[in-house]
Amino acid sequence: MSGLLFLIPIALFLGLIGLAGFLWTLRNGQYDDIDGASERILDDRYDDKPDV
Amino acid sequence: MLSCCPVDYALNDITEMRQSKGLDWTGDLVADPSPWVTYDQDGLAQLDILVPEAYCAACIGAIEGNFKKLASVKYARLNLTRKRLTIRWDENLNSAKDMMVVLEWLGYHGQPFNRDQFDNLQTDSYQKKLLTSLGVAGFAASNVMLLSVSVWAGADVSTRNFFHWISALIAIPALAYCGQIFFKSAFNALRHGQLNMDVPISLAVILATYISISETIAGGAHAYFDASITLVFFLLAGRYLDLSMRQRARSAAEQLMSMQAIAATIILPDGQRQSIKLADIKLGDEIFVAIGEKIPVDGEIIDGKSDVDNAFLTGESIPGLFAIGDQIHAGGINLTGALTIKVTATGEDTLLADIIRLMEEAERTDAKYIRLADRVAKLYAPAVHILAAITLLGWMALGKDFNDSLFIATSVLIITCPCALGLAVPAVQVVASGILLRLGILLKDGIALEKLADIDMVVFDKTGTLTMGQPKLINGNEISDEAIRVAASLAVNSKHPLSQAIVKAADARGLKYTANNNVLEQIGQGLYDEKSQIKLGKRIYAAPESIQVKEDIQAEFYLSIHGKKPIRFAFEDGLRPDAKQTVEKFKKSGLEVVILSGDRAAAVKNIADILQIKNHQAALSPQDKLAFVQAQQAAGKKIFVIGDGSNDAPALIAAHVSMSPGSASDVSQLSADLIFQSQSLSAAYKVWQVAKFSRGLIKQNIALAIAYNVIAVPIAIMGLATPFVAAIAMSTSSMIVTLNALRLRLKEGGLS
Repeated sequence: MSGLLFLIPIALFLGLIGLAGFLWTLRNGQYDDIDGASERILDDRYDDKPDV
Repeated sequence: MLSCCPVDYALNDITEMRQSKGLDWTGDLVADPSPWVTYDQDGLAQLDILVPEAYCAACIGAIEGNFKKLASVKYARLNLTRKRLTIRWDENLNSAKDMMVVLEWLGYHGQPFNRDQFDNLQTDSYQKKLLTSLGVAGFAASNVMLLSVSVWAGADVSTRNFFHWISALIAIPALAYCGQIFFKSAFNALRHGQLNMDVPISLAVILATYISISETIAGGAHAYFDASITLVFFLLAGRYLDLSMRQRARSAAEQLMSMQAIAATIILPDGQRQSIKLADIKLGDEIFVAIGEKIPVDGEIIDGKSDVDNAFLTGESIPGLFAIGDQIHAGGINLTGALTIKVTATGEDTLLADIIRLMEEAERTDAKYIRLADRVAKLYAPAVHILAAITLLGWMALGKDFNDSLFIATSVLIITCPCALGLAVPAVQVVASGILLRLGILLKDGIALEKLADIDMVVFDKTGTLTMGQPKLINGNEISDEAIRVAASLAVNSKHPLSQAIVKAADARGLKYTANNNVLEQIGQGLYDEKSQIKLGKRIYAAPESIQVKEDIQAEFYLSIHGKKPIRFAFEDGLRPDAKQTVEKFKKSGLEVVILSGDRAAAVKNIADILQIKNHQAALSPQDKLAFVQAQQAAGKKIFVIGDGSNDAPALIAAHVSMSPGSASDVSQLSADLIFQSQSLSAAYKVWQVAKFSRGLIKQNIALAIAYNVIAVPIAIMGLATPFVAAIAMSTSSMIVTLNALRLRLKEGGLS
């Protein structure tokens, strides 16, 4: 039982990081051009940073 | 057709680009896009251009890379999903037209458009909200489920209560946020006195949450937090699939709409030329139409003469000659000479506007089609409510107290919640529209796929649909290589379709010819090389003395070399590849096939004989075509119309479902439900097959979802549906339905 007291918060915290990451990608416009993103990954020119 | 993909050229300035292409490069003739330029807060000019031909990484690299090389360009970004290029640049250094020239130089044809005209901010923000909700629901569902699994595995009472409390803390805010999409829609429906799918969904979610909270407070065994949040998660996934499919259709429609917004070149009283929007043209304006351009307005020719291809307007396969004083109509293509037109009709009064009026009329009589999912929902939603109400009253009559009865009634609502039903249709449609996209078929409207499954008659237009809309040399075996070589060296100077057909025939034989520079184009007659006394053109021009050949269906040119017998070149509008097989397959599948054409009877009969189509009608006006389709549909037929001309547009709209080739006129592309990009007509048959298979899958999915209810509902009514049972049942049914939809992908390889 005492293990749960810190395991559950940890689990929730990790989940929240994932959620925050997802929301960040959404705000960042990463779903605006899905076809383009799948093509750009093949080209070295876009490797250092996304070109916004 | 697709110019994939130019290498990354290292030219830094536009003059250099022009020079690199040589003098006969036509990229400079591109229309001036200045009416579409907007300005951002930094004073930079901004232009949005639609580039339908861009479709791979190299295209992105070539386009963005080359624009960024220009010193004036500050921003260039190609969105491949929507095929949109956005450029921001300093207008002091380069004009808007320069931007179009660069694109043209790279080998892409762009179409400027007005961003505000298309961008639907409401849908965009709805999509964001949907995705955010999906993320939150996914997070909450996985964590609550994690806790629930331990409860089901047999946690002791204190742990169970503790876990219920944590679940409540995660689920309640998540539901309050993610459920809004359903709550709002349900509220709206109720306010208008209607029931939609969102009403039972909202009711189930709210009741389940309420009951779970009271169970948690009382320290009871069953909490439905996991079920309600998973339910919301699945339903949101279904909504998202549905939306992305509709968006795909919307961006196809968008591309077509922007194509319509072509500018015209107006000649100002002081002789200057200026590009203006079509909507701004007034009666009496003088409009300049360069060779190869589309005629933008109805008017009278006041200068120049030219062959004009009216195939889109009338279905005629041979261009006609127009000169000073003649009336010409918007939509024709100017082939051989520059024209100046005085505008005699605008907007309401043009021939095109007549066609549009017919289209509107067709729209009014077109029966409203109700989506299969909506028809099911209409029966389903009331049934669920009645069932839950009966359960509640039944258990109370049997002596249970209100709270226990409400608990069981809620479990009925949760179990029956249309999770699988909500996924059944969108999952199939998303897979299907993906397959169509790979086949080069644009779906403008999701319903089209549903409608296509129940057609029983196929109507083809002739010119440009069954045929390529471009003449082909057919008596090549009677003509010597030498004659073709000479003809080609003349013909290469002309845009006339028959001349181009000769050039193509020469290329096909691998003949080497050089463009003859002494050629004069006698507009409407033919080509003449004065030095060597060679004529190529109409019989009356090149071979007036030749014996009267029987008037037949073929278009012809004569080549006369001084002192020799003229040589006849006969042409025919060639069938699309696979036209014959496609028609045969439709016939074999038991569908009636009909040709409706605006062309001459002889030409239509010829094609009908080759394709063995008995039912063919020629010389039809747009009204006739519309009347035919309406009469047949009034008789209960469901018609699939495939056509490319503006004259087909009313019929395309009136039809149960319709399709146009990518080469079709703007109006008809706007009217059709589907557009195919390939040369081959087999797309028409393939899309029908996909539609039929999807319809089968959708029906299977709905049947599966109902079968699941038949099993689960009695369990729930008896009060045996614990949260555990509900979670298992819901997930399995949703998964089965989604996997079933994916079977469509397996079918993809076998399309023929």
